Amino acid sequence: MALSNVVETPASGFNFENVSRNVALEGLLEGGHTKAPKPMKTGTTIAGIVCKDGVVLGADTRATSGEVVADKMCAKIHYISPNMYCCGAGTAADTEKTTDLLSSNLTIFSMNSGRNPRVVMAVNILQDMLFRYRGQIGASLILGGVDCTGNHLYTVGPYGSIDNVPYLAMGSGDLAALGILEDRFKPNMELEEAKQLVRDAIHSGIMSDLGSGNNIDICVITKQGVDYIRPYQESEYKDKRQRRYKYRPGTTSILTEKIVPLELEVVQETVQRMDTA
Amino acid sequence: MAAVYMSANRPENAFSTVDLVPEWAQEEVSTGTTIMAVEFDGGVVIGADSRTTTGAYIANRVTDKLTPIHDRIFCCRSGSAADTQAVADIVTYQLGFHSIELDEPPLVQTAANLFKQTCYRYREELMAGIIVAGWDKRRGGQVYTVPMGGMIVRQPVSVGGSGSSYIYGFMDSNYKPGMTKEECLHFCTQALALAMERDGSSGGVARLAAITEEGLERRVVLGNQLPKFSNA
Repeated sequence: MALSNVVETPASGFNFENVSRNVALEGLLEGGHTKAPKPMKTGTTIAGIVCKDGVVLGADTRATSGEVVADKMCAKIHYISPNMYCCGAGTAADTEKTTDLLSSNLTIFSMNSGRNPRVVMAVNILQDMLFRYRGQIGASLILGGVDCTGNHLYTVGPYGSIDNVPYLAMGSGDLAALGILEDRFKPNMELEEAKQLVRDAIHSGIMSDLGSGNNIDICVITKQGVDYIRPYQESEYKDKRQRRYKYRPGTTSILTEKIVPLELEVVQETVQRMDTA
Repeated sequence: MAAVYMSANRPENAFSTVDLVPEWAQEEVSTGTTIMAVEFDGGVVIGADSRTTTGAYIANRVTDKLTPIHDRIFCCRSGSAADTQAVADIVTYQLGFHSIELDEPPLVQTAANLFKQTCYRYREELMAGIIVAGWDKRRGGQVYTVPMGGMIVRQPVSVGGSGSSYIYGFMDSNYKPGMTKEECLHFCTQALALAMERDGSSGGVARLAAITEEGLERRVVLGNQLPKFSNA
C-alpha cells in the first residue's frame, strides 16, 4: 500500500486498474441493495450540416443520469477554436474534457505556428487520442468548422473512427434526426434554410427520443465568424417553480457561538523583493 | 391495467437501466464489408462496398474503404473502422518515409509487409482484414492479402470481408487470367453486386479503382445501377 508521504511517479500509458475495482464495487453495492451512481450521459440528439456559406451545428440541451434529467440546460456544442465547434454525445465528462483538451492543444499550436488550425488537424488529434484509449472514453463527437480549405464536417466515434460526410446526426436521437436530414438535405443550401433544417432535425430527436429534450442550441460557423445561438428555441414544456428554494439569512437561528483562537507562532519571516518594473 | 402491472413488476421499464443509448449503437463501428482486388497485365483493379455499421445501424452509407497508401498503392479495409484507419495511417507514414529515403516509388510488397508487421504484432488487439494492391515498376500490378491474424500472401485475385463468403464460388468460376482492365472492372462490379445482395453488412454503392502506371481511375456504381441477377 502506497504511503501518502511518498510520491509515486505515475506509470506511462493508460491505466486500467480502476476498471476491475469498479466491477468489484458494483458487486458489493448490489449485494447491499444500492446501485453505483450512473455517469452523467448526454443521451442526446446532435446534428450538423455543411451548407453553402459554412457549417451549421445543432444540439438539444438535456443531460441524463440514468432515468433522471441531471441538467436541463446543458451546453453540448463546445468551443474548439474561433473557426471550429464540436458537438458531443456520450458520457458528458468525457466529451467535455476531450474537447477542452483539443481546444487547449490547438490554441498552443496557433500561438506556436501563427496559423489558424485546420479542421483536419483537430480531427486527427481527436482520432489519435480516442484510438489510444481503446473506446474507454465514451465520446461520440461531431466536429464542424470553416478554414482556408473550405467548410468541413466530421464525426469521430468513441473507438477512434472518423467519417467525413455533408450531414450527420449522433446520439440516442440520431435515427429520428437523420430521417429529417435524409429527406430534406440538399448540397449548397442557403443559411436560413440550413438553420431551419437542423432545428427540425433536433426537434424530431427531442420528440421521438426520451434521452433528448428541453431547448435547442444552434451554432452557425461561417468565414465571417460564429453565431452561437443558445437557445435557438426554448421548450414549450417549461414549468414554474412551486416555491422559493432560497432561504433568507436568519432562517436558521444561531443558538450558541464559541470562538477558539488558534495560537500561531511566527517562526521565520523572509522578505523577497520582486522586480515588477 | 396491464400497463400498470408491467411497469410495477418489471425491473426494466421502457427507458431501461441502459443509459438511453440502445444496444445496437453501443457496439464498435465495423466495416462489415465486401472488398476485393484483381491483378491484370499493367495494373490492378480494386473494389469495395460503402457500408459502415455500428451493430444494426448503418453509421455511414457512403464510406470510402479504398484508402491510398501511396501514389500507386491502395489498401482495401475490412474489420473495425477505427483499427483499420489507424493501421492505414501508420503504414502511410512509414511507407512515405521509406520512399523519401529511397528517393523512388515504393514497392507494393513493401507496403504489404508493413501492414503485415503491424497486424501481426498487435494481432490480439486489432480486428483488421486488409487487401493491399497497387502497381510498381519491378513487378507490375500486384495483390497481397493480409487477413486477420497477420498472414501475408500474394494472389492474382482476392476477396475479403464478411460478404466475401458469398462470392468465392463466383470468383473461382469467373476469374480468368489475362483479363483486360475493363473486363476486370466488370468482374469486380458483378462480384460486389452479388455480395451486397446477400450480405446484410455490405451495401450502399460500389466503389472501384483501377491503378496503372499512368495513374488512378476511380469509379462509383450507384445502388440502382448495379447489375441485377434475379427477377425477384
